[in-house]
Amino acid sequence: MFLNAENMLGGYGETTILNGCSISVEKGEIAVIVGPNGAGKSTAMRAIFGMLNLQAGKVIFDNQDITSLKPQERVGKGMGFVPQTNNVFTSMTVLENMEIGGFINKDRFEENVQEVFKLFPILQEKEKQLVGELSGGQRQQVAVGRALMTNPKLLMLDEPTAGVSPIVVKELFEKIIEISKTGIAILMVEQNAKQALNIADHGFVLVQGENKYTDKGSNLLANKDVRKAFLGG
Amino acid sequence: MDYFNALALITNYILLPGITYGSQLALGALGVTLIYAVLRFSNFAHGEIMSFGTMVCILFTWLGQSYGVNLGFLPTALLFLPIAIFFSVIYCIFLERIVFSYYRAKKSDPIVFLIASIGVMFFTAGLIRFIIGPSDQSFNDGVRFLFTVRDFKNFTGLNEGFGLKTTQAITVITTMALCFLLFWFLNKTRTGKSMRAFSDNEDLALLSGIDPNKVVLLTWVIAGGLATFAGVLYGLDKVYKPFIFLQMLLPIFSAAIVGGVGNPLGAFVGGYIIALSELFVTFAYKKVLGYILPEGLGPDSMMQFLSTDYKFAVSFIILVIVLIIRPTGIFSGKTL
Repeated sequence: MFLNAENMLGGYGETTILNGCSISVEKGEIAVIVGPNGAGKSTAMRAIFGMLNLQAGKVIFDNQDITSLKPQERVGKGMGFVPQTNNVFTSMTVLENMEIGGFINKDRFEENVQEVFKLFPILQEKEKQLVGELSGGQRQQVAVGRALMTNPKLLMLDEPTAGVSPIVVKELFEKIIEISKTGIAILMVEQNAKQALNIADHGFVLVQGENKYTDKGSNLLANKDVRKAFLGG
Repeated sequence: MDYFNALALITNYILLPGITYGSQLALGALGVTLIYAVLRFSNFAHGEIMSFGTMVCILFTWLGQSYGVNLGFLPTALLFLPIAIFFSVIYCIFLERIVFSYYRAKKSDPIVFLIASIGVMFFTAGLIRFIIGPSDQSFNDGVRFLFTVRDFKNFTGLNEGFGLKTTQAITVITTMALCFLLFWFLNKTRTGKSMRAFSDNEDLALLSGIDPNKVVLLTWVIAGGLATFAGVLYGLDKVYKPFIFLQMLLPIFSAAIVGGVGNPLGAFVGGYIIALSELFVTFAYKKVLGYILPEGLGPDSMMQFLSTDYKFAVSFIILVIVLIIRPTGIFSGKTL
């Protein structure tokens, strides 16, 4: 496995939120974490990215044990992270956002920015505009674009479709499929469970910080228990 | 002809001093606003850092003068400005290491930083009085006027005129150059952009590989440098008074807030707004009206809205009005 987070145990302060959950993604695949509110979906992702200290368990990425690395160091290893909120520099232009994302990889700046603009043509049109003036969907594209500028091998998206209109959700998912086809592994936390599992190669259903169901996306969608409990029948 | 006389009066007593004082405030406010934007607290010690830099500059100027060093028609102090900047930057970094980095590591609230900065302010003020004493120091040598009121009158044949002080010209030119440099740095260079990114969204800046320590240090270097420029230019233009810098905090903070705190362009414009309004409100218009109004209608009283003793109240009033009507300031900074 390209990314393998095993038996993660941890939380904030005394209480544990993750009770031994495991997440894994393969290159060129899309993995989705779904589950009820408070199941620890986002926390699991933050733990994989190193924003949460684990009491037990380990994170193996690209055949390296990175459990003790800081988030910044993980970015250097090839992890890209798009937080759910505050994921863009609102007072800077679209192009400047891309530049900042590209600081890590300045030699490949031109190539990377062309790739991002090819993926999200609207960003090229608005490259001189302040990101704070863009719509929610466009901002989300900037956020994903900024993360792609770091040349990630694994892209992690924390609820990328939160607060954007249904049409934009569909478009965003299509872009995510396109990104995964370039060989980048994708790990998402999603509220739109049905739609997300539709495009997912693997799905992880978390409950109380534990893996409740782990299967292919299509199998989870077909699974009666999962449908009844999490997908509204 | 009368209108030109009135205009010359206003230029001499309001516009030139206002633009000069405004430049000094703008430089001070830029430092305050940068610290606020990047380090996220209101630095009340900024006035004393200005004072500290000026003091160092004066001490070196005296030393230089005792060896007969001078800059011809320009003030000798300009020669020693780089040394003064060096010392105040060192002092700022010392403060950062000893005081502020402790609270940053603890992730303290901005209000804790603010209180710490008040402590630093009193400490610095005490230190300055230890070293140079509490009395006024005049350290401006060189030629006082580029042209005097008399030169102007002889040249134009008007009854009134304006003179241009060397220090006024130096202040305005230096400020324009510094602001141009600062805006270029913030908008065009990689390091400047990382500073803006850090100020905009600290967490995301970290994820983009921006080194927070470097940004913090750089902010102190720029703020310390700007503070020294502001203090020295103010001291040259008027006189160096160790006590004045506490009072100057009010117009400086007003300038930063009026323009939009955290926004450098706002601080720049805010400086001029505060300075010009102080002078417009406290100027005695008797003579000006005498020229403009028809014969015999000229006023007998001073026609002064506010006594000059109250000039600091003007910045306070503007501050209150802005906070009520538009708390984010003219250029929409962050709200305090």
